[in-house]
Amino acid sequence: MLELLWLIPALPFAGFVVLALAGGRLSRPAAAVVGAGSVGLSAVVMVLVAFEFLGAPPPHHVYSQTIWIWLSVGSFSPAIAFYLDALSLVMIFVITFVGFLIHLYSTEFMIDDEGYSRFFAYMNLFVGSMLTLVLADNLLLLYLGWEGVGLCSYLLIGFWYTEPANGYAARKAFVVTRVGDAAMAVGLYLLFTRLDTLQIQDLMTRAAHAWPAGSTLPVAAALLLLGGAVGKSAQLPLQTWLPDAMAGPTPVSALIHAATMVTAGVYLIARTHVLFTLAPAVMTIVAIVGAATLLLAGFSGLTQWDIKRVLAYSTISQIGYMFLALGVGAWTAGIFHFMIHAFFKALLFLGAGSIIIVLDHEHNMFKMGGLRRQLPITFWTFLAGAGALSAVPLITSGFYSKDLIIWQSYASAQGSVWLWGAGLVGALLTSMYTFRMVFITFFGPPNAQADHRPGIRINLPLVVLAVLSLAAGFINLPDILGNLPLFSDFLHSALPAASILPAKAGYEGLFGVISGVVSVLGIFIIYLFTMRYRRLTENLANSSVGGMLHRFWFAGWSFDWLYDRLLVRPYVWLARIDKDDVVDLFFDGTAWCNRMGYRALSFSQSGYIRWYAAGMAIGAAVFIGMVVFL
Amino acid sequence: MASVPVSHGLILAGILFMLGLSGVLVRRNIIFIMFCIEIMLNAAGLAFIVAGSRWEAADGQVMFIFILCMAAAEVSVGLALVLQLYHSMRTLDADAASVMRG
Repeated sequence: MLELLWLIPALPFAGFVVLALAGGRLSRPAAAVVGAGSVGLSAVVMVLVAFEFLGAPPPHHVYSQTIWIWLSVGSFSPAIAFYLDALSLVMIFVITFVGFLIHLYSTEFMIDDEGYSRFFAYMNLFVGSMLTLVLADNLLLLYLGWEGVGLCSYLLIGFWYTEPANGYAARKAFVVTRVGDAAMAVGLYLLFTRLDTLQIQDLMTRAAHAWPAGSTLPVAAALLLLGGAVGKSAQLPLQTWLPDAMAGPTPVSALIHAATMVTAGVYLIARTHVLFTLAPAVMTIVAIVGAATLLLAGFSGLTQWDIKRVLAYSTISQIGYMFLALGVGAWTAGIFHFMIHAFFKALLFLGAGSIIIVLDHEHNMFKMGGLRRQLPITFWTFLAGAGALSAVPLITSGFYSKDLIIWQSYASAQGSVWLWGAGLVGALLTSMYTFRMVFITFFGPPNAQADHRPGIRINLPLVVLAVLSLAAGFINLPDILGNLPLFSDFLHSALPAASILPAKAGYEGLFGVISGVVSVLGIFIIYLFTMRYRRLTENLANSSVGGMLHRFWFAGWSFDWLYDRLLVRPYVWLARIDKDDVVDLFFDGTAWCNRMGYRALSFSQSGYIRWYAAGMAIGAAVFIGMVVFL
Repeated sequence: MASVPVSHGLILAGILFMLGLSGVLVRRNIIFIMFCIEIMLNAAGLAFIVAGSRWEAADGQVMFIFILCMAAAEVSVGLALVLQLYHSMRTLDADAASVMRG
């Protein structure tokens, strides 16, 4: 069954080709069957491959499959080859499975849209690119998937392109992530010129042999790769594109945030973890970036009124947790949180989408209110997702993954009490902004009337994801709750275990209790603020200091403003004063010559037959004269 | 049989050719332009005949028969075009067709 591995990315690509070539002629049901079916089939193949991989593991828990040699230039011959180990298996499981649920949901969500088949074509290409990215055997193929993902995010964020703001958001996402991609490309050149290969496993072995830990080259290479990861995963300082990316249709946001795109950076760092281990300074930077981002996004999430923007900031913050985990060497904890996050974030986005669609594209939470009774299924599933995001202890999966990160950010060899504190404050903020959203949207007086209830294709993915959001954490229980780290053990064939300091190891139970208490405390505080003493909250937001802080956080710590002043305006100014530079003379001159030639020739095209005859006669005379006299 | 000198024949052909050419250039009536083209063709044919007799080869006469065939074809196509021009323009003035310039 492992030989079928190539089908997993190939099927969504095939779906894309069919939809792109025949999309206009397909009926809506047919487009839905092709679009969702290709990803569904891919998920089925993934299940077959996973059973084989778990039941009869290949040697060293690694299976690699070379389809063909992509190109061969001297010693450089990257292959179209797929590499399956525990890490990529987890990734393709999430991408195909969650991706399929999102596609299924979209078949109903987008039903009234004009670009129905175009939508599924892009979505299939998106899933296919992401699968290429995570299955790639060498960094060049990974980069192909990486850019494919970037392209699809551009196409989908700007899906409703008639609105200029959406096009702007799409361009912003494209340009900002391109900044990171440029750094990553430079990193690939550096790795290739120094180590003479881009095959990931060879690269890691050679790097570990050739480079001593902490020397300049691994630090530079890891920093450049981190640049790419930061851009794709919307971390500080390239996080500004993600909140604006909410311009796309809601299933796209679910796909970008849960299964594809933003987790690519996390995957890249985990995949090249050997390189990062060689550069402890960069590991520290990763952890600090993660901690700073999760705090910053948490505060911003508290002030938004657009339900999708709250979720966008929560994604930035949760990816921050994953970066924090990767930075302290807790690789498996990061990947575990990635998987759990994919479940509950897809659930939350799809839930928010079903509210938005029944309220006729209303995004403002304050215009929702009291939807608990009108949309019971959405409410209960959304509550499960919100609980998982807030890491409500014991009953939600988010607790198990986030607690593991918070604990290891303290206890691991690279951890510190500061990182732990940041994680804890972040957890408090997370449960505050999450339940602020829940209370405002579903409780209180009803402000809006839902005109219809969502159908089965919307509700089924919600229920499945809700069950996973609650139960998926039990595959990795911490020490005090039975010590059953199945997931971590599974991943240890691909990623090393976190090095827990023995001196700190005894406190795990205590720290788990603390983070559980903090999560519940956050919910209680926000209950007081939004349900009990709403007037107090309003007064606070209207006071001078509070208002200023509110505006500052609402604008995402004014990073857009900063970048606008620091980068965009100087560049535009430079472009404006440089508009008439000397280089243009050459190109303008070419155009001028062409225009003159055209005028002369069009003058000779008079339409008088006698002129043409005279021209021929003179020409003949000239040529005969040349033959005779020369 | 007293033969005509080659130069006489060639000069006659040249005069005929120049007459035809100047007719093509100065005439505006398209029928006359076609007549003049016929004169030019026959001038060329005469030059071939004279050259053929000078080299005592049959090639010149063969070429003349080719020119006759070509002239017949040209006249049939040309007259069809003249009819078309007259249908659409109601005139035989070749310069009137300059409205077709691109």
